[in-house]
Amino acid sequence: MATDTLKQHDAHAHDGHEHHDTGAIKVFGFWVYLMSDLVIFGTLFATFAVLLSGTAGGPGASDIVELPLIFISTIFLLVSSFTFGLAILAQTAGDKGAVLKWLAVTFLLGLGFICLEAYEFHHLIAEGFGPDRSAFLSGFFTLVGTHGLHVSLGLVWIAIMFFQISKQGLTDVTKPRMLCLSLFWHFLDIVWICVFSFVYLFGAMS
Amino acid sequence: MSDVHNSVDTGASHGSLKSYVVGLVISIALTLVAFGVVMMGDFSHLLRVIVVTVTAIIQVLVQLILFMHLNTKDEDGWNFMSFVFTVAVLVLLVGGSLWIMHHLHANMMMG
Repeated sequence: MATDTLKQHDAHAHDGHEHHDTGAIKVFGFWVYLMSDLVIFGTLFATFAVLLSGTAGGPGASDIVELPLIFISTIFLLVSSFTFGLAILAQTAGDKGAVLKWLAVTFLLGLGFICLEAYEFHHLIAEGFGPDRSAFLSGFFTLVGTHGLHVSLGLVWIAIMFFQISKQGLTDVTKPRMLCLSLFWHFLDIVWICVFSFVYLFGAMS
Repeated sequence: MSDVHNSVDTGASHGSLKSYVVGLVISIALTLVAFGVVMMGDFSHLLRVIVVTVTAIIQVLVQLILFMHLNTKDEDGWNFMSFVFTVAVLVLLVGGSLWIMHHLHANMMMG
């Protein structure tokens, strides 16, 4: 079936559209990668849930959750998802300056999120509640840390796109990359929605 | 295929300012509801679990539909098909893990 789809694409392709076809296939390929990444996070969520009560006499979920901090980082990430959407709208309108502006705003919001997470992790480890303390904390740090790592790599990608677009402009090469990055960034928001709901809010209730 | 061209050329399937603003407003409202129901102490445990779960599901759908523009038409529906397949895998993976581990009664789950 997949080859049929590709053949259809070829049949409809015109000379002038070859770049666009490549771009569309890139974006679809990236989407498939995101789906596999989703399975990784699903595995980490399942592990976290299974190890939830394995506290080994250490702190439980309700002891380590600081909801006001998590609320602020959540707002940072939600708004950054919106500002990246504005960058895509600016790209559609062909406004390079606005794309760069919204990329920069998204970068700063993402950086704020990562700084808050680094503060939280540092605080926990300084108190002796590091990932080596208990099975629960191992699961917690692995799940939340993997998401944080994704956001950090997303920030690197945003920085690269910023300089690439400022040098090369909005071309058939940079546009599909921006679309992939936007999917990645919204995807991280989806994972974070599950993290703050099922790790932090459920944790605070327990 | 022309849909895909539009998505790169004109961005026809990449939403409008309105859809992004609506998405942001819904997201922040639902986040406030979810945190509010947990941080204010007047609700039963069951109600909190339901509210947090439902708001999380709606928020994920908002991101998927209003921000990522997932629909059943782009790429002849393959985006959507791969998503549905992934959700099925997730249900088996997460649901199955929790089900099995819970029934092992190996002191690994709550309660």
